[in-house]
Formats: sequence, structure tokens, C-alpha cells
Amino acid sequence: MLTEVTKRGNVPAKPSAPRRRTVRRRAAAVRLGLMAVPLAFFALFFAYPVAAIVGRGLREGGHWQLGGLTEVLSDPGTLHVLWFTVWQAAASTGLTLLIALPGAYVFARFDFPGKQLLRALVTVPFVLPTVVVGSAFLGLLGRGGVLDELWGVRLDTSVWAILLAHVFFNYAVVIRTVGGLWAQLDPRQEEAARVLGASRFEAWRRVTLPALAPALAAAALMVFLFTFTSFGVIQILGGPGYATLEVEIYRQTAGLLQLSTAAVLTLVQFAAVAVLLLLHAWSVRKREAALRLVDARQTARRPHGAGQWALLCSVLAVIAVLLLAPLGVLMERSLRTSDGSYGLTFYRALWSVDETGTFLVAPAEAIGNSLAYAAAATVIAVLVGGLAAAALTRRAGKLVRGFDALLMLPLGTSAVTVGFGFLIALDEPPLDLRSSWILVPLAQALVGVPFVVRTMLPVLRAVDVRLREAAAVLGASPLRAWREVDLPLVRRALLVAAGFAFAVSLGEFGATIFIARPDSPTLPVAVGRFLGRAGELNYGQAMALSTVLMLVCACSLLVLERLRTDRSGEF
Amino acid sequence: MKQTGTTALTIALGLALLSACSGSDGSQGGGDGAKSVTLVTHDSFRVSKKLLREFTEKTGYKVRILRGGDAGAAVNQTVLNKGNPQGDVFFGVDNTFLSRPLDEGVFAPYEAKGLDKVPGKLQLDAEQHRVTPIDSGDICVNYDRKYFADKKLDPPRTLADLVKPDYKNLLVTENAGTSSPGLGFLLATVQKYGADGWQDYWKKLRANGVEVVDGWEQAYNDRFSGSGASKGKGDRPLVVSYASSPPAEVLGKDPQPKQAPTGVAEETCFRQVEFAGLLDGASNVKGGKALLDFMLGKSFQQELPLSMFVNPARGDVELPELFTTYGVTVDNPARMEPARIGKNRDQWVKSWTSLVLK
Repeated sequence: MLTEVTKRGNVPAKPSAPRRRTVRRRAAAVRLGLMAVPLAFFALFFAYPVAAIVGRGLREGGHWQLGGLTEVLSDPGTLHVLWFTVWQAAASTGLTLLIALPGAYVFARFDFPGKQLLRALVTVPFVLPTVVVGSAFLGLLGRGGVLDELWGVRLDTSVWAILLAHVFFNYAVVIRTVGGLWAQLDPRQEEAARVLGASRFEAWRRVTLPALAPALAAAALMVFLFTFTSFGVIQILGGPGYATLEVEIYRQTAGLLQLSTAAVLTLVQFAAVAVLLLLHAWSVRKREAALRLVDARQTARRPHGAGQWALLCSVLAVIAVLLLAPLGVLMERSLRTSDGSYGLTFYRALWSVDETGTFLVAPAEAIGNSLAYAAAATVIAVLVGGLAAAALTRRAGKLVRGFDALLMLPLGTSAVTVGFGFLIALDEPPLDLRSSWILVPLAQALVGVPFVVRTMLPVLRAVDVRLREAAAVLGASPLRAWREVDLPLVRRALLVAAGFAFAVSLGEFGATIFIARPDSPTLPVAVGRFLGRAGELNYGQAMALSTVLMLVCACSLLVLERLRTDRSGEF
Repeated sequence: MKQTGTTALTIALGLALLSACSGSDGSQGGGDGAKSVTLVTHDSFRVSKKLLREFTEKTGYKVRILRGGDAGAAVNQTVLNKGNPQGDVFFGVDNTFLSRPLDEGVFAPYEAKGLDKVPGKLQLDAEQHRVTPIDSGDICVNYDRKYFADKKLDPPRTLADLVKPDYKNLLVTENAGTSSPGLGFLLATVQKYGADGWQDYWKKLRANGVEVVDGWEQAYNDRFSGSGASKGKGDRPLVVSYASSPPAEVLGKDPQPKQAPTGVAEETCFRQVEFAGLLDGASNVKGGKALLDFMLGKSFQQELPLSMFVNPARGDVELPELFTTYGVTVDNPARMEPARIGKNRDQWVKSWTSLVLK
């Protein structure tokens, strides 16, 4: 019966005033209840550890040492680093959007063979360790690389290498976040505008772009935060001459244990991220509106006409050059031995026991560990992020908006700050989690939650509030209303979000690299171990294991995509 | 129909969580208090399951291993957790990082069995035994044999050779601020040219086209022409690496060559000594002591060359054939007092950074 109402989009008669008040009060209580879990999660696993490590840095011998604040801030070196951090992140974000937006359109609106596979493939870069990607990029752009041999062009130790690598890593963020919503926009609205005489571009600019704005802003925000805290890419492709705040904080914390300097830099990082989040909130607030969402499968068609084919082909070409070529380099290296022949030597070596009677890493075990950690992190991230998104759906006062911003902070915070914070904050029973396995998925979920929230929120907010009201009037509890109205509409977004959370933890992001953990190596960790040893055999095995990681990621995402097709077209 | 998707998702995620729980239960091993001993270490630590079993059979304790990042980060984590450590024993602090944890009182004294078999030069805390030397290695310039044979040029032997015009634009090294071999090489030059002279040496080295990259992986795997990883595509035939890198290059080669493809410039080396210590406040002191004894025992020491590519600390352990055939024994490496390193390291790295990177 509810579905009937949903289908027609009927507006119910206005309920009486007292009844509305009860509904509203009940809604506020529900929102608070929903917020409790994410709030507790962030207080315990983010705010508390970070406050502990920053506090330790600013307080020495029981006194607040704020003298260091002005000293670090007035250092021209700090300002230089801050400036570079901000502008490279802004440039990376711009370039990523420019390159990936046509891709998002193509994935949302066109049907072509291999689309699902390709969508999984473009997400693969996301999970690869930066050392491995750095090596592949050097093989393409560096000395003696493909570009060098063909045209004598070398981009290593240049900003271009950094920017291109950032596009490589973040392409999927735009495809998935923007494309996810785009696919559910009703194309007939744009068609109507065209019928009314708007040019193709005008129709897009006036109808589709405003509808996409929240998702676009969300994608831009995430890419910016990711590149703002970029670490390995800067060091490996930029060389030691380039430094971001993240690199400096790492050096001061993990290398020098200069917690006071690190604390000030962390505060600088917070300030920059806070300004950005304010900008984001301001730009998005006015644009979110209820949209007419439709089944994604109804909006995708085979391309027709020369223009659409050209667009499709150029997007595929960009993906081939920018994303698949580096992946191809890695695969090629995992197959080629020094005498120039190709074979499975390194794969066989991975699965064979060496002379000391042990594996450096047992590959099957690493795969199992990776999947287990990623599954646990995904469950936590989807649970926490889903609850948060549900709480944030209805626009409300400043408090709720602040909560929204708070959820994004972990993406813009230095991994080493969080990791070392865990170490000194979660060290007393009952919360001595320092050596518990759960710490790893918890840390991964910190990075996963913002993705879940940012993917689900634009879609949730696009759901027409009158549908929920109708459900309430018809006697549905808030939970039932959510299940029957919101969930069917956001299931797609939920799966996209789960895919992100999964990829994030498969890729070992954030604080996890600084957490001393029980000896259960995951794939990226194992790749790092092989790469850290001399010899062709170790390097080859690192490449082989990276290829395995790619396959595991692509297969997992394909399985997730399959889940999506289980549903019936209920709207 | 409508519920199928949700149900499927819920079941899949639930199963995944279950598998996650059971999977990690297995990996945690004997977490039951007194019966296990916890070793905190860095990412490069490696030990065979066989040895761990041997330890359990001997002492009744199971070993749990916790790893926390690279060597520097792992050491600093133990400093932060001073008095309330994550485990019982820490392995992996080297002489370049030793002074801070010693000053901060991270370790409790214990004289491990077998210490009398360790040469005095490696015993850097011989009075108090807060740390036990486990292994040593040398950070040295490696060269690509083929490059120098093709060019009919003698490979460099000393630090002084590296600033000669013959070797212009040939050397790649690592960032001394973030990489352990990079720091070791800097210390070798400080030891050789003195606290006032090393800056001049680096100015000359820079004028001679030394290239600095961030980490060992980029220097050795991507830029060094002699490494198997770069497959001859690297553009630098000289790299700062380890004395044990040549044997590693031969590993797994079939047939085994007469000579390793790379060689070591023996007068450019810096001696690195790695220590283990009982953590102050350990919950299983007895087990920790037993583990230290075991790490200095013959079977553990014998495995070190092939597991971690380092030399055993004990003098009475024979090296495997791979090392005797393809490796070198560095007779006269640069050595430096941990206290001197601790006092000056940050300052040296700072002036090195502004001298070489800016």
C-alpha cells in the first residue's frame, strides 16, 4: 500500500497540528538516538586519541607550552609547506574532476559491454600501496620509462607526476560518488528542457548540474582531503624536495618524536580542514533539494550517434592511458624475468616454501587476513556511517551541521597523529586495545565512514520528505518509514558506500600503518615487506602479490555490484 | 522480492564479520596471559615458524608478535608507551636510535645467556645490559659490476673516490631524514670527515651529481642499474644499500652465477648494530628473559643471515654458503657512539637537509 503512494508521489492531506508536533518531537528523539552511536564512535576512536597526542605535545612537564605555537607558525618553512599542501590538493582536485566527470556521465548514462568490470577496475588503484604505484609511475614517466623512451619526456620529481598519480588514485571517487547519483536522476527532466528549446549544454547546466551539485561537492571534498593528506605519492614521485603537512607531521612524530612541533602542525592541519569544511557546507546548503530519483537501470542506454560514441571512446581511452596502463606495468613486471622471458616464476615462488622452511608471507593467509579485516571494517563503517547519514538526512540546526563536519575530519587528519594517539590513549583497561585485532578495522572504518556518509547523504536528502510524512500519517513507525521509503531508494548508494569502505580498508589507509598489530599481514603489508628486500625474486614477488591484490579488489567489488542487481525495480 | 537484496547484504556482511572474528582468533594464538610472551618489533622482522615452535617446546611460552611501522616509528612508539608497554620484549632498535630509549628508561636490565660469545665491539651497553645486541649489518655503497666492466672503469672503493669526476652523476642515495640507510651513509661521512668537515664533503658530492630519493625502495629498486628489480633500466650504477645486498641478488637465480651482479665499496660502510631489550613494566618478565636468551641462542642466530639478511651478533656462528660465496666481510666500517649520535643526529640531519635538498 505504501508502495502505491510512493509510486504516485501523492501528497497526503496535512495532518492536524498536535499530531504534527508529536511527529516532530518523535523525529528529534529518533535523530538523537541515531546520532548516539556515531558520536560515541568518533569521540572514542578519533577525538580522544587525537586530543591525547596533541595535548601531550602542547603540555610539557604539566604546563601548557604555547610558546612553540608562535615559533612553528612564524617559521617560513611551515608556511611554505602549508602553501604547497593546499595548492597541490586544489590542483589535484580540479584535475581529477575535469578528467573524471565525463567518465561519471558515461558510467551513469551509457550501457556498454564490460561496464561492471570496468567500474570495478577503476577502483583498483584505490587499494594499491603507494610504493607500488610509485614504482609503476616511475616505470611510465621516469627515467628510462615508456615516455622517456618514446619521446624523451620525463615527469618524475615534477609536480605533474604528483598530480597525475592523484588523479589515478581518486578517479573512482568521482565516478562512484557523482555517477551514483547521476544514474538515478530522471533524464526526462533534461529532455523536457530540450523540448522547451534549451541547447544541450544549457539543459545540462540548468537541470542536471544543480541536481548533481551536492554529489559533486562531496566528491571534490573527499578528493581534496585525500590529496591534502597525501604522503607516499609526494615522497616517491616528488622526491625529498617536496613536503606536505602530512610528511612534516610524520617526520616530527614518528622520526624525531618532536611532539610539540607535530602538535602545532596538526592544529594547522585542523584549521585548514575546518575552513574547507565551512566552505563546503556553505556551498552545498542551498543546493540540496528533493529530486525525482528513478531506477538507475532505466536511465542507461546504448550510446547512439557519433557524438555519444566519441565521448564513450575518449573516456575509455583516458581510462586506458591513465588508469589501466600503470596497472598493466605492474602486471607485466610480475610476469617478466631478468632474461626477458615471461612466466609465472614469481607466482610460483609466492606459493613455495623457502629454504628457511617458512614463507616470508603465506599468500593465502594474507588474502584471508585482508578480506577479513576489510569485511569487519566495512560492517563498522556502514553501520556507523549509515546511522550518521540517517540522522543527518533531515536538515536541522547548527549542531547537526557541526556533526556532519566532524565526521569528515579523520580524512583530513594525519594518519600518524591518529595512530600514535591510539597508542597513548587506548592503553588502559578496559580500553587497552593496543594489541587487539579490532583496532585495525576500527582505524580503517574511521576513513571509511566519511565515504559512507558522503555517498549516502546526497541521495538520502534527495528523497522527497513528503514520502516519509505520508508513511508516518499512514501509521508507519519512523523505522518502518525508513525501511520502506528511504532504504529502497538509497540501496544503490549504500552498496556504493560499502564498496568504498571495503576498498579503503583493503588499501590499508590512514592510521593502520602506524598501529602495532598482531602478526597477521594483509596483502598491502606483505607487498611492502617484499619490496623492502633486495633481489629480483623479492621484487618480482612484490609485483605478483600486487597483482593478486588487484584481482582480490576487482573480484570483491564485482560481487558487491552483483548484489545490486538482486532487487526488483520498486520505483 | 523487495527484501531479498537487503537480506542478502545483511547475511553477507554478517558472515564476513564472523569470518573476521574467527580469523583473528586464530592469528592471536595463545593470548592467555602467562603462557605467552609478546615481542614488539618493526616491519622488517622475520622469524620462521620452526624456530617459534622450538622456543615454545623449550620454554612453554608462545610468542605473540606485534609490529609497528618502520624501525624509527617502532622505537618511538615504545618510548611513548614507557612504563606501560605493549609487550614484554622489543627487538629492532639500532645504534642510531639507541640513545633516546636508553635515556628515557624504556628497557629493564638483563644479561642474556650467550652474551660472552658476542664481540665486545657490538656490546654498546656493556655495563648495564639494558639492551642485548642481536645482529649487525653494514650500510655501504653498492656498485653495478656490469656498468663498470663495460666502461672499463674501476668501481669506487672509498668515500673520497665518490667525489672524483670519474664517478660524476653515478650515485643515488636516500633521504637521511626518513631513511635508515640514508642516515647511516650520512653518519659514515661524519665519522670520516669529522663534525666540521662533512658539510664540505657533501658540497663536493652534490657538485658531483649525487641524487637523493626518498627511500631505499626507490633508490635500489627503481634507480640502481645493478638491481634485479630495475632490470637494467635504472640510471645510477652506484647506490647506498647494504653489504648483504649482493647475496640477496643471487637468491633464487638458476643457475647460480660465479659472482654476484653487484659489489660493495668496502671503505664506505657504516656499522649498524640491532638490539633487543626487556621492556620496563613487562607483564611476563620471565618469558621475556627466556625470549632474549633464545634470540641470542645458536639456532636463532644461525637463521638471521637468510631471514633478515644481517650478520649474527655471536662470533661463533658460521655464515651460510650464500654469504661466504657472494658476500663480503667489511673489516673496517665506520662506527659511532650511540650517545654521540643521539646528541647530534637531529642537528646533523637538519643541516644535511638544507645543504643537500634545498
